[in-house]
Amino acid sequence: MGRVLLVGRLAARDLRRRPGEAALLLLAITAATATLTLGLVVHGVVDKPYQSTREATAGPDVIAAVVPPPVGGGHADLAGLRALADAPGVTASSGPYLVTWTRLTVNGRRATVQVQGRDAGRAAVDQPRLTQGTWVRDGDAVVEAAFADALGVGAGDEIVLGGHPFRVVGIAVTAASAPYPELTCLSFCPGVAGLVWLSRGDARSVAARARFTSYVLNLKLADPAAAPAFAGAHNPRRGSAPPGTRRSEPEPPILLAWQDIQAASANLVRNQRKALLTGGWLLVLLAVASVAVLVGGRMADQIRRVGLLKAVGAAPSLVAAVLLAEYLVVALVAAAAGLMLGTSAAPLLIDSSAGLLGRTGAPSLELSTVGLVTAVALGVACAATFVPAVRAARTSTVLALADSARAPRRTGWLIRASRRLPVPLLLGLRLAARRPRRAVLATLSIAITVSGIVAALAAHADLGESGASASDPARTERLNQVLLIITITLVALAAVNAIVVTWATALDARHASAVARALGATPNQVSAGLSSAQLLPALVGALFGIPGGIALIAAVGDSVTLPPAWQLIAVVPVTVLVVAGLTAVPALLGARRPVAATLQSELA
Amino acid sequence: MNASETALRAGPVLRARGLGMEYGRGPGLVRALDAVELEVTAGETVAVMGPSGCGKSTLLHLLGGLERPSSGEVWLGGRRIDQLSEKALARLRRGTIGFVFQAFHLMEELTAVENVELPALLAGQSARSARRRATELLEQVGLSDRAGHLPSALSGGQRQRVAIARALGNEPLVLLADEPTGNLDSAATLDVLRLLDSLRADGQTLVVVTHDARIAATADRLITMRDGAFVEETRLSHGTTRRLGELAGLES
Repeated sequence: MGRVLLVGRLAARDLRRRPGEAALLLLAITAATATLTLGLVVHGVVDKPYQSTREATAGPDVIAAVVPPPVGGGHADLAGLRALADAPGVTASSGPYLVTWTRLTVNGRRATVQVQGRDAGRAAVDQPRLTQGTWVRDGDAVVEAAFADALGVGAGDEIVLGGHPFRVVGIAVTAASAPYPELTCLSFCPGVAGLVWLSRGDARSVAARARFTSYVLNLKLADPAAAPAFAGAHNPRRGSAPPGTRRSEPEPPILLAWQDIQAASANLVRNQRKALLTGGWLLVLLAVASVAVLVGGRMADQIRRVGLLKAVGAAPSLVAAVLLAEYLVVALVAAAAGLMLGTSAAPLLIDSSAGLLGRTGAPSLELSTVGLVTAVALGVACAATFVPAVRAARTSTVLALADSARAPRRTGWLIRASRRLPVPLLLGLRLAARRPRRAVLATLSIAITVSGIVAALAAHADLGESGASASDPARTERLNQVLLIITITLVALAAVNAIVVTWATALDARHASAVARALGATPNQVSAGLSSAQLLPALVGALFGIPGGIALIAAVGDSVTLPPAWQLIAVVPVTVLVVAGLTAVPALLGARRPVAATLQSELA
Repeated sequence: MNASETALRAGPVLRARGLGMEYGRGPGLVRALDAVELEVTAGETVAVMGPSGCGKSTLLHLLGGLERPSSGEVWLGGRRIDQLSEKALARLRRGTIGFVFQAFHLMEELTAVENVELPALLAGQSARSARRRATELLEQVGLSDRAGHLPSALSGGQRQRVAIARALGNEPLVLLADEPTGNLDSAATLDVLRLLDSLRADGQTLVVVTHDARIAATADRLITMRDGAFVEETRLSHGTTRRLGELAGLES
C-alpha cells in the first residue's frame, strides 16, 4: 500500500509540475476517445426517436406482405395473409392494405414511391401521426415526413403519381417503415423510394397501371419482444423457394419484426457511424504517435529526476511505475472525458430524421463501450510510454544524475547521402537521422492524417457521384459535418504533433545546432535545417497517406470513388507547406538559442 | 595565399577596443569583461590565463563573434565584427575563425573525418574537396588511421586533435582555443601541446585560454586576467618559450 501511495504521490506531483504537457496528452487521448465513443454510441441514437414514434403511432410489432404470382395473372394469397391476424399471440391487426409502386413528379423532380391505400378512418395498428395537415381522402395524398422533407413538399402542394395529380393534404410519420431513404420493403425493393398514402380507391387506380402490387398487414402481438420469433415461425422456411421463383403459385406471406425496422432506421446514421468509427481509430493511432512524441520529450527532460529517484534507493521497477502511472492517470481521465463528450455530442451531431418523432437524445452508455474506450485509452498510454519508461528506469544512475543526453543514432547511409545536399537539407537530414524513432512517428502522424483527409475527399466525391446530396440533402449535410469535424480533429492533432516534434528536435539538437553555428552555419540555415528535418517525414508521410486513404476507403466504404486527381496531387505539396508553416516558429526559436551559452552548458 | 591575405597577415589580425560584457541588470548586474584592449598580430600566439570565472571564455566568445559585447569594438582582419548581423558573423566564422573547445563539441554520430569535413560542407564546398581536405588535416594531426572512428571510440586526446583538425578546415585567420587541454590527461595533453606548438611554428595565429602553464609557456605573449580585466601582460622571449617547452617535454 505504501508503495502504491508513493507511486501515486510522485506521479501526481510530476503532473502538476508540467500542466502544459499533461494538458496536451489529455487533449490528444480525449480527441481519440471522444470520436471513438461517438462512433460506438451513434448506432443507438435513433432508438429513442423510433420508440417514441412507435408509441405515438400504435406501430406494428410485425408487418406481413404477400405478392401475386408473377405469371398467370393469379391473385395474391390474401386468405393466407388474413389468417395471420388470427394467429396465436396476435392481439390486433390492420389491413391488408394494397401497396403499389409508381413514379412521383413534383417541382420538376422525379422519385420512386411506394403507394399504400388506406382507410380514411383510424386503424387499430399503424396510425401514421400527422405532423402537418389532415389524413387521406379521395383525391388527396399524405406524404411520409422524411420523404416530404427531402422533396421540399408540404401540405397544399400538388404531386403527380403515375400520371394522376394529387393534392398533398398531410405529412405524417410512421413506425411501420424506416424513414426515407431507408424505406422498409418486404416483397419488392426498387432502390431508394419514398412512401405516400392514398385512399384505397386512389391506390387501386394507381395500381391498375402499375407493374407491381402487393398487400400488407400490420399485427400487434401480446409480447412485442417476441416479434422476431413470431416472424421467424411464420416466414417461409429456410431452403424453400424464395419469393417470386414459384412462378404460378401464390407466394406465402413474408413477415418482418419491428426490431428489424428499428435496425433499418439506424441505417439513417450508418455513414456517420462508419465515418466516426474510422476517424476514431485513425485518431487513436494519431494519439499513440502524439503521446509517444510527448513522452519521449518528457523522458529526455526527466532523466535527472529518474537519477535522483534511483540515487535515493528507488528500484528501476518503481521508477518505471511512477512514469507509467502518470500517463495511465492521464489516459483514464481522457477516457472519462471522451465518453462524456462523445455521448453528449452524439445528439448534436446526429439528427435521426424528420421521419421520426422527437429529437435524438443522449444515447445510454453500454458497459462494452465504456470498457472498449477505457481499454483503448490505457492502451494508447501503455503503447507510447512503456518503452521510454523502461529505458529511463534502466539508465545508469550516474549518467542520469549527470543529465547526459541520450546518444544520437548514427545512420551512415543518410549521413553519406546528405554530404551532397545544400546546407539546410544536409542539416535537416542529419537531424532526422539522429532520432529515427521520432522521424518514424512524425511520418506516421502525417501518413495517418493524410489518409483521413484522402478518405474524406473520397467520401465527398462518392456523395457527389451517387447523387446522395440531391436525393437526401439533409443527411448528406450531416455526413459532411461529421467528415469535417473528423478532418479538423485529425489536422489539429497532427499540427500539435508537428509542433511538438519540431520543438523536441530543436531541444534535442541544441548542442548540434550550436556547434554547427560555431562552425559557420547561419541561423537561417539551422532554422531551415530544423524545419526540413520535419519536412522530409512530412513528404514521405503524405506520399504514403494517399494510398493509405484509398485503401481505407476501400476497406470501410461500400464502393471506391476516388477524389479528383488534382485533389490527390495537391494533398502532397499542401501538406508539406502546412508542415513548413507549423514548424517555422519552433524552428526559428530553436535556431536562435545563444551559441556560447549552449556550448558552455555542456561543461556545467 | 593571395595579396590581400598576405597584407592582412602582416598587420594585427585581431583587435579589441574597450571591450566590455555585462550580464543581468540592477543589483544582479555582473560585469564579465571590463574595457579590455587587445591586439593580436599575424602568426602570434597569445595565451590568456586567470582563475575560473574571470572572463577568459567570454573574451574568446566575443573575439569569435559567438556573443555580442555590451560595449567596445572587435576587429578581425581589418573588419569591425561586433556590429555584424548573425548571418554575416556566421559567414565570418566559416571563413576566418577556428574554434577549439574544452569539451571538444564533436558530433557524436559523425566519424572523425565527417566531423572534420563539416565546416567545409557548411561553407558550400563540394563533398569531394571537403573530404580530401579533411583527410589531409587528419593526417596532419596524426589521426589518419582513425578517420572512420566515431568520437566515442577515440581517446580524449584524439578527440581534441580531431576538433583541432576541424577548426583548421577552412584555413582560419585565427584559431581560438578555450581550455583545449582542460579535459585531458597528461599524455593526451602532451599530444595536443605538440600539435599547438607545430601550428605556432607554421605561423598560425592562436589565442588560447588556458589554466595550463605548459600551454602558456609556448605562447609569444601571456595575458593574465582577473575580474574581467587584464591585470598583467608578459611578452615571453623566444628562449623562455623554448626552455618552458623543453620543461614540458615538448622538445626532444
